Amino acid sequence: MAAGVAAWLPFARAAAIGWMPVANLPMPVAPTDKNKCQDELIVLNVSGRRFQTWRNTLDRYPDTLLGSSEKEFFFNEETREYFFDRDPDVFRSILNFYRTGKLHYPRYECITAYDEELAFFGIIPEIISDCCYEEYKDRKRENAERLMDDLEDSKDSKLPNMTFRETMWRAFENPHTSTMALVFYYVTGFFIAISVITNVVETVPCGSTPNQRDIPCGERYTVAFFCMDTACVMIFTVEYLMRLFAAPSRYRFMRSVMSIIDVVAILPYYIGLVMTNNEDVSGAFVTLRVFRVFRIFKFSRHSQGLRILGYTLKSCASELGFLLFSLTMAIIIFATVMFYAEKGSASSKFTSIPASFWYTIVTMTTLGYGDMVPKTIAGKIFGSICSLSGVLVIALPVPVIVSNFSRIYHQNQRADKRKAQKVQKARLARMRISKTGSSNAFLHSKRNGMLNQALELTQLPYRMKISDQSSTGEKRHLNKTTSIIESQHHHLLHCLEKTTNHEFVDEQLFEQSYLESGLQTFPSRSPSLSSREGITGTCCSRRAKKSSPPPNATHTHTLTHPHKHNLQELSAIHIQCGEQQTLNTSRSSLNMMQDESASLNCKSSSQVTTAIISIPTPPTNNSPCSPETPTNPPSNSSAGVVKVSAL
Amino acid sequence: MLRLALRKDLSRCVSVMLMFFREEWEVEGLQTVGFLLIVCSSLKLLHFLGLIDFSAEDSIEDDFELSTVCHRPEGLEKLQEQTKFTKKELQVLYRGFKNECPSGVVNEDTFKLIYSQFFPQGDSSTYAHFLFEAFDTNKNGSVSFEDFVIGLSIILRGTINDRLNWAFNLYDLNKDGCITKEEMLDIMKSIYDMMGKYTYPCMQDDAPREHVENFFQKMDRNHDGVVTIDEFIESCHKDENIMQSMQLFDNVI
Repeated sequence: MAAGVAAWLPFARAAAIGWMPVANLPMPVAPTDKNKCQDELIVLNVSGRRFQTWRNTLDRYPDTLLGSSEKEFFFNEETREYFFDRDPDVFRSILNFYRTGKLHYPRYECITAYDEELAFFGIIPEIISDCCYEEYKDRKRENAERLMDDLEDSKDSKLPNMTFRETMWRAFENPHTSTMALVFYYVTGFFIAISVITNVVETVPCGSTPNQRDIPCGERYTVAFFCMDTACVMIFTVEYLMRLFAAPSRYRFMRSVMSIIDVVAILPYYIGLVMTNNEDVSGAFVTLRVFRVFRIFKFSRHSQGLRILGYTLKSCASELGFLLFSLTMAIIIFATVMFYAEKGSASSKFTSIPASFWYTIVTMTTLGYGDMVPKTIAGKIFGSICSLSGVLVIALPVPVIVSNFSRIYHQNQRADKRKAQKVQKARLARMRISKTGSSNAFLHSKRNGMLNQALELTQLPYRMKISDQSSTGEKRHLNKTTSIIESQHHHLLHCLEKTTNHEFVDEQLFEQSYLESGLQTFPSRSPSLSSREGITGTCCSRRAKKSSPPPNATHTHTLTHPHKHNLQELSAIHIQCGEQQTLNTSRSSLNMMQDESASLNCKSSSQVTTAIISIPTPPTNNSPCSPETPTNPPSNSSAGVVKVSAL
Repeated sequence: MLRLALRKDLSRCVSVMLMFFREEWEVEGLQTVGFLLIVCSSLKLLHFLGLIDFSAEDSIEDDFELSTVCHRPEGLEKLQEQTKFTKKELQVLYRGFKNECPSGVVNEDTFKLIYSQFFPQGDSSTYAHFLFEAFDTNKNGSVSFEDFVIGLSIILRGTINDRLNWAFNLYDLNKDGCITKEEMLDIMKSIYDMMGKYTYPCMQDDAPREHVENFFQKMDRNHDGVVTIDEFIESCHKDENIMQSMQLFDNVI
């Protein structure tokens, strides 16, 4: 409902004067403001700080603590004020929500404290306005991750009995759990270092035999290096197999980056073993040795910083892409220009545009090797422009990457940006549900309100019959005063329905009726009794014959018209009795009354369909069943569909 | 023959010249281009630094919109004389008004926005437009608090005839004293638009037109195709439903 503009409700109701002269049906009775007290100031004492506001301001949001009768629990009789033992600073934002309709999240506030206050006062956090919502969500996510980290740390210390496999996996993932794991961690690290150093030293020229040039150490001490290599590869293989065995999900493990690095690191050795003496592919075999350098990436298991770096580069993919793209553009432009500028000069090295690429890259990155220099004036001019722009192009995306890295490094774990999109979708879905809930509130309370009003007419005998319900009667009374705005709004919508002689229904029902009625056209205004009854009868009775809808479907078309008015036209009443606990209006006593009335009137869980025809007789209010039964008693209510046509 | 030879010579001459210039220009041209580029960019840089000013470029950065004029209503006593509301009622009304429109006047968009919040299922903008026209008595495009409260006073505290007058004023879109079928059709369509799509029974396209026919049948006494104010008031007095519904407005505030 338009809670924020509740003050304009009198205007909206006054504007309904435009509908009155064109309406053909009489208007429903307006809800009377029984205790129409003038708007009064109420005092809210929150831990000593007094806030004052109009009562109407708080009534704008009847679903919250302050807007409903729940605040009566906090009423202090002696001081005639409402006392809440809560944080007054946060309460300021909450009260501003009532005043302005927007809930803001103050940045200095702790997220958990704020959440608790919101929960206490019955306000859902999704209402936080857009200006503060991002901040709120970010803080909440950080907090959740921190909690999860703490949870994981505390979890590791317990778990007495795990399988051997699980113990091993935990040892691999977290080397600080046991001494064995630590030993293993250091041993593997040592061997990775050995392997890398071996690869490097292999190529150093060491010692020169007098007859030949310097040969690298690898060829001199072949056996030693081979043994070292074999040992390292054996260790790595054993480690890989053990990890594979211990992994909880082998398929996922095999797909992970670290395992691929492991495989790539040890594969060249085995491939080399297989095809040692094949001359044709020895070239390829040499290339494979390059892959041995990937062993150095195994260090990333040992170093947190390396992992974060890799993650940063992954998450800054867009900035890196931009850098690359802009560089490529600039390179091509400048290379072309330099080529044409230097074409005239005699001994120029700029033989083709791709040859100029090298000059451009070297100049833009301010390397300046000097192997290619422009000689013409134009070439020098453009060359200088090139070097200046190179500095700019490279300097721009780099700070972004740097700040990303520092942010991630400080947080150490961050959810993906894609997860945020999912959360946003979920948030929008929830807000949409609550908005449709408010428009469905009218449909809900149509039933409740009408039945309630109908019951009100049967007040006296009814109330006396149920003597112990005085408290609930009072509660109902209180509920009615606090939601007077709601009832007035619903009255307004009801007047519109009467003016146009159509009814609000929700989407599902609309589609149902659309499908069912098919090409049936309802005669719009001219009431020919029989035809109208026939069509609505069949249409609605078919609906009524369906099994009772799932609890979540908002019901139906219970169109109860209070029989106080003289009905000029036909109206059909469908009541689905029995299992009707699905009405979820906020304050339950309305539900209670309705259920009771339903149980009173329907003996079995049958579905009663009655059609009332306009008979301008004064309504009879004697029996509680009068809202539902027409002046002619229903024929017989057997199980199934009862259709009464009174003529 | 002579002409042909001349032409050939001419063409040969031109081609030689072109070749000459092309070769020259390949280097010289690029030099010129480079030179021009440097000159232009340095001028731009100087302009950016604010040392020189190109009069052709008008910077539109300081184009702040004048903030909306703040309007204060006349005093409470004066409003009390003009309307039939009590002091407290005026206070409550003004508080609500000022909350939603801090500047003191409502323009049509705000009006439509406020009104649309009461009818979430349909489109109430057309009807809100007609209402705005009816409230804005001095036709200046905005509704001040006085207009607002005077209008409300007529509707909520006026006599039946006052109210009917006001309703007639609302329907009479061009304010010429009579309601034509087209005007009524517009009004009717706007009312039906407020219902939205999901109604029971399904909204037929000719529902507004039929309703208008019905209305004219009832109201148009002399069947001349328009409804004048007297016909309107007379017919409304005769219709019990309308009379009863007019009394709904007695205790809105």
